[in-house]
Amino acid sequence: MIPKSGHRFSETDHAREKRMDRLYAARRRRNLITMMLSVAATLFGLGWLVLILGALLYEGFSGLSLKVFTEMTPPPGADGGLLNPIIGSLLLTGLAVLIGTPLGILAGTYMAEYGRHDRLASVVRFVNDILLSAPSIVVGLFIYEILVAPMGHFSGWAGAVALAVIVVPVVVRTTEDMLMLVPDTLREAAASIGLPRALMITRIAYRAAKAGMITGVLLAIARISGETAPLLFTALNNQFGSFNLNAPMASLPVVIFQFSLSPYADWQRLAWTGALIITFTVLALSIGARALAASGKQS
Amino acid sequence: MVLVALHGGAAVITEVESRSRVLGRLRLTDAVFRNLTRAAALAVLAILGGVIVALAIGAWPTLQTFGLNFLVEERWNPVTERFGAIAPIYGTIVTSFIAMFIAVPVGLMIAMFLTELCPIKLRRPIGIAIELLAGIPSIIYGIWGLFVFAPFLQQHVQPALISAFGEIPILSTLFAGPPYGIGILTAGLILAIMVLPFITSISRDVFEAVPPMLKESAYGLGCTTWEVVRHVVLPYARVGVLGGIMLGLGRALGETMAVTFVIGNAHRISGSLLAPGTTISATIANEFTEAVGDLYTSSLIALGLILFVITFIVLAIARYMLMRIERRIG
Repeated sequence: MIPKSGHRFSETDHAREKRMDRLYAARRRRNLITMMLSVAATLFGLGWLVLILGALLYEGFSGLSLKVFTEMTPPPGADGGLLNPIIGSLLLTGLAVLIGTPLGILAGTYMAEYGRHDRLASVVRFVNDILLSAPSIVVGLFIYEILVAPMGHFSGWAGAVALAVIVVPVVVRTTEDMLMLVPDTLREAAASIGLPRALMITRIAYRAAKAGMITGVLLAIARISGETAPLLFTALNNQFGSFNLNAPMASLPVVIFQFSLSPYADWQRLAWTGALIITFTVLALSIGARALAASGKQS
Repeated sequence: MVLVALHGGAAVITEVESRSRVLGRLRLTDAVFRNLTRAAALAVLAILGGVIVALAIGAWPTLQTFGLNFLVEERWNPVTERFGAIAPIYGTIVTSFIAMFIAVPVGLMIAMFLTELCPIKLRRPIGIAIELLAGIPSIIYGIWGLFVFAPFLQQHVQPALISAFGEIPILSTLFAGPPYGIGILTAGLILAIMVLPFITSISRDVFEAVPPMLKESAYGLGCTTWEVVRHVVLPYARVGVLGGIMLGLGRALGETMAVTFVIGNAHRISGSLLAPGTTISATIANEFTEAVGDLYTSSLIALGLILFVITFIVLAIARYMLMRIERRIG
């Protein structure tokens, strides 16, 4: 009886052990599968970056020559470059940054320095975060309604203002974040020697947060230099080398849009070249911004 | 002696005077600067208010003509001036759904890889590389989608989908019809690539914010990496992950250029995902400059208003959730 039951016990022990082994094996198998899936997901994500950049280099690099930077956009079938859209993009981007940056820095300053605990700052923060990811085409419609329709024509100014509306939230966000990182002891030290608040902010806080704030502006430039949707019905496009801000103005993204959807092979090739230029400019800007932010953190 | 004292007194008086003048000036610049920053903060609010008011005014003729019927009418006919928004709304929602269906699991998996598996040295470079996907302008996705991705889908993927699902009841309708290359599915896939970095980077940030003590305790009990992520990290980071997903959804809903290139711009609702369709933003981008007549323009602006309201709600929910997790992390 006793040996028998002992025998039975050892059998169940054995079965239990086997069951546990199976359970362990199953858990480890499940773990292995999910880990493999996560590696695969990462390769999948990185793969797209490689595929897109590869296609850009493959299609755009052959068209890259000095002519691209020295000649105007051609009529279909002729030779030409992208000079007027490049200058147009630079003008629009530069103006947008000139309009948007001061506004963004001031608003960010209010939120970080004056309104840390007041209601206005938290409402502005919430609204700003929404504007940060609001669809850019809606910004285009907005500027069309308030500038293009009353003026009666498309213009470079309208395009620049549309881009400025996109710059503002980016700069507000980074300015606020960077000013928040400035240690309060610096502010207290400034206050203790009787420095007025405005001077404390402009002379000390801004200086301490400079690298971060420049990063914000660079990120904003990166963001708007590829923006197409808000320019479609504000700056429109211009086939001629016109740099009159009161007239429609060419920009690189809009020209890419128009040329790539055209049936002409040379226009499509120019579009690819333009795409290559924009992408590498934007990537260089955002990598530069990151490097700057990293160096700022270290020092 | 007296003279010196008198002189000293005068100097003190002028010094006090100039001192008060300087202080007054400082007080003035202080007040000016303060109000300037306050005005700038209010300007941010004014931008949002301006967008809503301008779109509402622009959309008014349409809403007056069609009323709420605008939201459910499928016809979009510039010639007879009959406009309805349901086809673009449908396209916007379906393409975004496809995008989230792919990007959410993949994004979470990448975040898990970056926080739990990846060697520390590789974390930053891989994270930055994924984030660079977000930096590529949307028009680049468009031109690449049209010339590289869509032909590839048309030749290799879509025929396989059509024949694979041809016999299965519901899936055969979803994947029916000729492989155009461009269409709802292509747009959804490109959107998935575009929102992937947003979901990945926010999930990674909230995963990293999980207290190491919690994770180590679970590992100490003998949990596998997957079990730690599934039962400790994900529940803790749930709100933040949802916030990241909503943020990605907001992006997908409003994305314009990439979709415009590959959606096919057809104002109809088709049961098949391979068929061309349209989205709100693609309709506006394609037709706005060519729109003749006040009602046509106004209908496009009304579409913009609908898009803005939808994305506003989604983004507001996203921000609310992210704010909650930020508060918890402190």
